[in-house]
Formats: sequence, C-alpha cells, structure tokens
Amino acid sequence: MALNDTQLERYSRHILLKEIGGPGQRKLLDARVLLVGAGALASPCLLYLAAAGVGTIGIVDDDIVSLSNLQRQIAYGMEDLGAPKVERAARAAARINPDVKIVPHPFRLTQDNARDLVARYDLVADGCDNFETRFIVNDACHFEKVTLVSAAVGRFDGQLATFKSHLNDENGVPLPNYRDLVPEMPEPGSIPTCEEAGVVGALTGVMGSLQALEVIKELTGAGESLAGSLLIYDALETRFRKIRLRHDPANPLTGRPPVSMAR
Amino acid sequence: MAIEIRLNGETASFEAPLTVLDLLARLELTPGKVAVERNLEIVPRSSYGETPVEQGDRFEIVHFVGGG
Repeated sequence: MALNDTQLERYSRHILLKEIGGPGQRKLLDARVLLVGAGALASPCLLYLAAAGVGTIGIVDDDIVSLSNLQRQIAYGMEDLGAPKVERAARAAARINPDVKIVPHPFRLTQDNARDLVARYDLVADGCDNFETRFIVNDACHFEKVTLVSAAVGRFDGQLATFKSHLNDENGVPLPNYRDLVPEMPEPGSIPTCEEAGVVGALTGVMGSLQALEVIKELTGAGESLAGSLLIYDALETRFRKIRLRHDPANPLTGRPPVSMAR
Repeated sequence: MAIEIRLNGETASFEAPLTVLDLLARLELTPGKVAVERNLEIVPRSSYGETPVEQGDRFEIVHFVGGG
C-alpha cells in the first residue's frame, strides 16, 4: 500500500535516506516487533520505534511504574505511578504516532508462553532485567527463527548484539546467539542487578536508542547487520568496542548435534 | 619464558606457555561471570583450554550485564 500524504510528511526524513526511502518506510509500517520488558531500555526503544512508524509493537511486562523507575524509564511520568507499565507505554507511544498499533501483553514471559508469543512477531528486542528471561527469549527466538536484538546494561556498562542463529554465515557456520556469549545462566545473585548495583539513566538511553536503530536496520535492510558482533559501551571511559562473537561448537542450540525443543 | 600482553588496556606479564583457562585462573576470575575478549574476538568458552595466550595479545575481560 502506498504512503498517504500525512505519512509522506511525517516520515519525510526517513524517505530522504536512500537506505530507507519509501520502500523502507513501508517495511517499517508493515513490521511487527515485540519488546521484552517495558523498563529503561524499552522506554527509548519504544518511543523511537513508535516515532519511526513500526506498525505493530507488542510489549510484554508484568510490572507497574514505581518512583525509582523514573530516574531512567523515560516513557513514564508522575501520573503513571502505580499503573501497569504496558498500559502506560502504549499511551506514550500513541501520543507520538497514531499509525502504530501497540499490543500490551501484561504478563511475565516464561518458558511456557515464550515461543507462542515470539512466533507472532517478525523481530524481538530484548531489554529485560534478568538473565533467566534473556535465556528464555534467546531460545524461543532461535527455535521460532525470529531475529533478536538484545541490549543489556549494568552500572556504566552497556552491551548490544543481534542474534539470528537460525541462519548460517557464508562458511555454513551458524550465526551466534546469546548462549555463545553467556554459555550458562549465571547463578542467582552472582551478578548484581541494577536494583543492587545501580545504573546511570542516560546509559539506558544510549543503549535503548542503539537497540532501536539496529531494529530499524534489520527491518529495512539498511547498512550492515550487527549479527556476529558484540558492541560494548564503556561509559566511564567513553569507549565503544565492536568485537567479533562466534558460534561456540558447544552451544546446545546450534552445536553438533543440536537439540530440538518440544513445544 | 615471560610474555607481555595487554590486559584491560594495561601491560601485564605472565609465564608462558599458558592458555585462556590458565589466564582466568591466575586472575582468580570465575568463567561463569565473564567472557574473554582476545584480539577483538570473544573466545568461545569451550575453547579456553586450547586457546594459547601469546606475546602481544590484547585481552579484555568482559563482565556480563543483564539489566534493562
């Protein structure tokens, strides 16, 4: 379907870009993206994806807005305290762009519901706050063959990667997934959470915005995919490093022989 | 024989031969909490024992973060 006059004006800065243009904008409007977590990474990620005209954005989170969230979760304000995050995130996105349909999933992503939920989307952006969910999202995306753009933060450190381990590289080797970076789930309590160790709000803004941009690149095909790399941001040193992440033959999802997973 | 590497941006000296697994042990780091970056590549966990640490290598210890 062609873009209407309002859309041509709203998205004119995208349409000017040869890497996106009208066809890329159409892809964004037709895309379905699931955000896992509605917190500090999802706040900027959601707002930028909504502004960019990503047509359908699902948000899965079972939390409510609390005062300590407002230091970094910029999708919310004082009037949202005590309200479900998915509901208020939907409101924040709708305020920016009525083209966007927000689908609230007001529950926790679990081993039992992850694959069915992920399968309803073209791409997943993980910005959750715990390792257990990161493993569940990773495995569900692998088995459902859905691209995953994964961002994580702690203190002054940010990490970003794109996983599509259902695909192989030019040498026939599977592209990496989260388990090639974090092979086993860290023992509970062994790595402090943001609640325990702190995090700078603006860092989550940087990483959530980078995540939104990689989502837009994946959906439109602009530029080079981050798949096969890990981007590390050291905010204290003001240093970005893009390093190579490879498939580990011991990865239980993509190693030999790969496991299958009953639904 | 001693070799010099860059570790987290600083020069460090170790008795060679040693592997990435040995390096982590000498640094008293638990593999479950960190990834090891060698010359701008994450070393796959299953190859720590056979990946040598060589003169001039650039290592960074990448601490996992899981917040959002």
